[in-house]
Amino acid sequence: MTNTWQDIKNANVVLVMGGNAAEAHPCGFKWAIEAKIQNGAKLVVVDPRFTRTAAVADYHAPIRPGTDIAFLSGVIRYLLETDQIQHEYVRAFTNASLIVKEGYSFKDGLFNGYDPETHSYDKTDWQYEFDEQGYAKIDDTWQNPRCVINLMRQHVDRYTPEMVSRICGTPIDKYLFVCNLIASTSAPDKALTSLFALGWTQHTIGSQNIRTMAMVQLLLGNIGVAGGGMNALRGHSNIQGLTDVGLLSNQMPGYLTMPKDEEQTFDQYMSTRQFKPLRPNQMSYWQNYRKFFVSFQKTMFGDAATAENNWAYDYLPKLNLPMYDILRAFEMMVHGEINGYICQGFNPLMAFPEKVKIRRALGKLKYLVVMDPLDTETARFWEDVGPLNPSDPANIPTEVFQLPTTCFAEEDGSLVNSARWLQWHWKAAEAPAQAKSDIWIMSGLFHRIRELYRKEGGAFPDPILNLTWNYTNFVDPSPDQLAKELNGKARADIKDETGAVVLKAGQQLDSFGQLRDDGTTESGCWIFTGCYTEKGNMMARRGTYDPRDQGITPDWAWAWPANRRILYNRASADVQGNPWNPAKPIIQWDGSRWVGIDVPDYGPTIKPSDGVGPFIMNSEGTGRFFALDQMVDGPFPEHYEPMESPVENLLHPKVQNNPAVRVFADDRADFGTSAQFPYVGTTYRLTEHFHYWTKHALINAILQPQEFVEVGEALAKEKGIADDSWVRVSSKRGTMICKALVTKRVRSMLVAGKPTHVIGIPIHWGFTGLAKKGYGANLLTPSVGDANTQTPEFKAFLVNIEPSNGPEGEV
Amino acid sequence: MTLSRRGFIKLSGATLASSSLSAMGFGGNGAALAESVRPFKLAAAKETRNTCTYCSVACGILIYSSGDGSKNAHSNIMHIEGDPDHPVNRGTLCPKGSALLDYVHSPGRLQVPKYRAPGTNEFKEVTWEFALDRIARLMKDDRDANFIAKNEHGGTVNRWLTTGMLAASATSNETALLTWKVARSFGMLVFDNQARV
Repeated sequence: MTNTWQDIKNANVVLVMGGNAAEAHPCGFKWAIEAKIQNGAKLVVVDPRFTRTAAVADYHAPIRPGTDIAFLSGVIRYLLETDQIQHEYVRAFTNASLIVKEGYSFKDGLFNGYDPETHSYDKTDWQYEFDEQGYAKIDDTWQNPRCVINLMRQHVDRYTPEMVSRICGTPIDKYLFVCNLIASTSAPDKALTSLFALGWTQHTIGSQNIRTMAMVQLLLGNIGVAGGGMNALRGHSNIQGLTDVGLLSNQMPGYLTMPKDEEQTFDQYMSTRQFKPLRPNQMSYWQNYRKFFVSFQKTMFGDAATAENNWAYDYLPKLNLPMYDILRAFEMMVHGEINGYICQGFNPLMAFPEKVKIRRALGKLKYLVVMDPLDTETARFWEDVGPLNPSDPANIPTEVFQLPTTCFAEEDGSLVNSARWLQWHWKAAEAPAQAKSDIWIMSGLFHRIRELYRKEGGAFPDPILNLTWNYTNFVDPSPDQLAKELNGKARADIKDETGAVVLKAGQQLDSFGQLRDDGTTESGCWIFTGCYTEKGNMMARRGTYDPRDQGITPDWAWAWPANRRILYNRASADVQGNPWNPAKPIIQWDGSRWVGIDVPDYGPTIKPSDGVGPFIMNSEGTGRFFALDQMVDGPFPEHYEPMESPVENLLHPKVQNNPAVRVFADDRADFGTSAQFPYVGTTYRLTEHFHYWTKHALINAILQPQEFVEVGEALAKEKGIADDSWVRVSSKRGTMICKALVTKRVRSMLVAGKPTHVIGIPIHWGFTGLAKKGYGANLLTPSVGDANTQTPEFKAFLVNIEPSNGPEGEV
Repeated sequence: MTLSRRGFIKLSGATLASSSLSAMGFGGNGAALAESVRPFKLAAAKETRNTCTYCSVACGILIYSSGDGSKNAHSNIMHIEGDPDHPVNRGTLCPKGSALLDYVHSPGRLQVPKYRAPGTNEFKEVTWEFALDRIARLMKDDRDANFIAKNEHGGTVNRWLTTGMLAASATSNETALLTWKVARSFGMLVFDNQARV
């Protein structure tokens, strides 16, 4: 989230699209209701289903799963055509005026530079035109046809209301009603907040879904302001923190990136990470990358990371592929290329697509280690549970370890919520029986392996032997000490420009502004610096003061970066530094510095006349309509159909799907067609359950005891399916028998002139736990991911449905 | 003021009306209500501040347990409720958060390390020493056999691809840092968490 949960109440329009906050985030969603009550806000839901959020909304517009880019590109077209944009904001704070390099083009569904062999683009020309000094050329008058705004206008021109309606199945009147409501927030003192979740990410075009909405928000001047922003409502309690700390194949803590094979030296690595400003006077804050990287290597390897060995650059593994994501991991596993797998609180047999493939892959392992508080299906993948998990244990050679761990109530530590707050929590009780913390288990494994390398030697032991491990309790390091390590400390006296010592060696850092690239500082995650200073654990703070009751609460816990609660808040004021919305200012220029209720996302004394843009992490200082070469599938978003779709792509039939999607051959063979599987399937969760955990909690198992699918009345009548009867739901990848809930909440839509039915598939049942046993929705889902992130396409695929005689009748 | 449960129910019936009055400005009854429910506060239990383990709203919770935290006292969680001071949830919890106690005490909670040998059809209880020694051995042998120090062009790459790991996005940042350090020191690249889903 760019903003906070409570800040939602400051919105004039709350758009819930790509999520179902009332169901999945009920206690955060209350702030959308507060927006209605306190601010007279309109709550709008765009969703295939009449969801629990829609039930309390002012307006609901249906949309076919997987067509959000078409809808939102139409919104962009509407805003430009009716001239309902925040002109001053767009001119000053976005790249609308910058001129795009000759060579960039888009035709018949493809951007320039496409290579059909590799399914990838040469992105060289996705750039600005540069002048002699290396700055991007600009035309403030927008006369130049190569201005970003003009290329964008041209790009979205095809998304007429009629085309949007034909692709999305949204009736034109409903679509235009939503456009009009969204456009009302182009007034400088009005804001729209975008609340979204996995409904946007779980598509082969997931990242571009979100980008399209971000572009809408930039046009409306809604980024950085109270009641505005792009607000990703994240899933797990610390999924934000695990992302921040970089527990992803290609990531390092604080959004640094892992080195690649071709970056053989540290200098080569840094040469592609210079972040030279693309416009005069810009902060381009990533210019400090080297400081963050060197300080991290000092945390990892301490004295073993030196200027002479390039800060132990060779100790880091190098990537020969963009990433070894989970879909690739299981593809490798199924082909016998992976021997061992460790699942730390992760249940991939249920959580990953094409369950049959996942089970087959796990059976190829030599060893599987599962660390979890609960008895997961993954740990028992080898068990024969009949049709729910057919298996032949005698032929599965995998050694399986099931290790019991503590849960939240039995440990100290910090979690990062959706709003980037690091909140500390305390242990309330001992763990059951022999359960141990993940810290204890990982430490135990590390010590044993390090000891084996000391005794026996072996492959490149240097990073293992030199890993910093100076914890007081070295077999079970305390969360407190690890939190200090995340924050970072001075390794030598740190002086300011005048030569005065601001920090003595050994002291905790106050902010990432103190980080150095000469080895005199260390930090485990630079964006967390400030969370645990000499003043103590800032994450444990519980001050409820909220200036002007605007939803900032600066003394509650601690937010990254720098305890800043609203990202891009410089953009809440106009070019001169006066708030766009005088009733809800965040920061403003008082003649000598930026003052207000939040920490400025800007240099605190930079004068408005200096022309420094508000998007300080971007090299040109502005928000980007044109994404340069940052996305693999195009600098502008484009509508592509899901890999399994009931219709052809109406915009460019020859380019049906996202051309930059990676598909493994065996997965492609498992895609079905609409002739065999005529209905659109989409998966989601229920408010009574959390993924595959709560079927182990008695009350939740009672509240939603049994696997079911939601079927619209029209389709149910056509297929002879009665409410609460058994049905057989199948995709190319599997068949499950479950109950049908016949409902008015899922209606057929007219797509390209053809009635299209959606079947809703809640995800929560498996073969362990207290609820009735079930197959799990991911038996049906396809194994393919977003072109940029490889997040699986769970939200739009093809299924069939037939009446069934129930589990016994089927056998 | 001490009250029996029955007495409380009677009083609360009466105060339902009086609390409506207090909402209209008759404040004295509110104080009486607060006084009347005070005996039911879990005053003798240990109160611990924590965060709901499910979604990223991260609702503040109060956990009540027996045992005062001393070494020889047996601790047991008996109640969990929303933290009224928390600026986001303000004491509320959803159907999942309200049932956290059933998660903590679920019969599905694992108690002891278990091991399934190749080709067998059961989990057997093992000691932590057996489990960790055996896993360490398997990992070291796999790393030594398959570690890639140089790529086909002779470049230094130092990666280990034949063992992978999924980290957990319900663990703390502190666990995350320690996990990152360990996994990457081995040279792991097949390394992800639920943020990819």
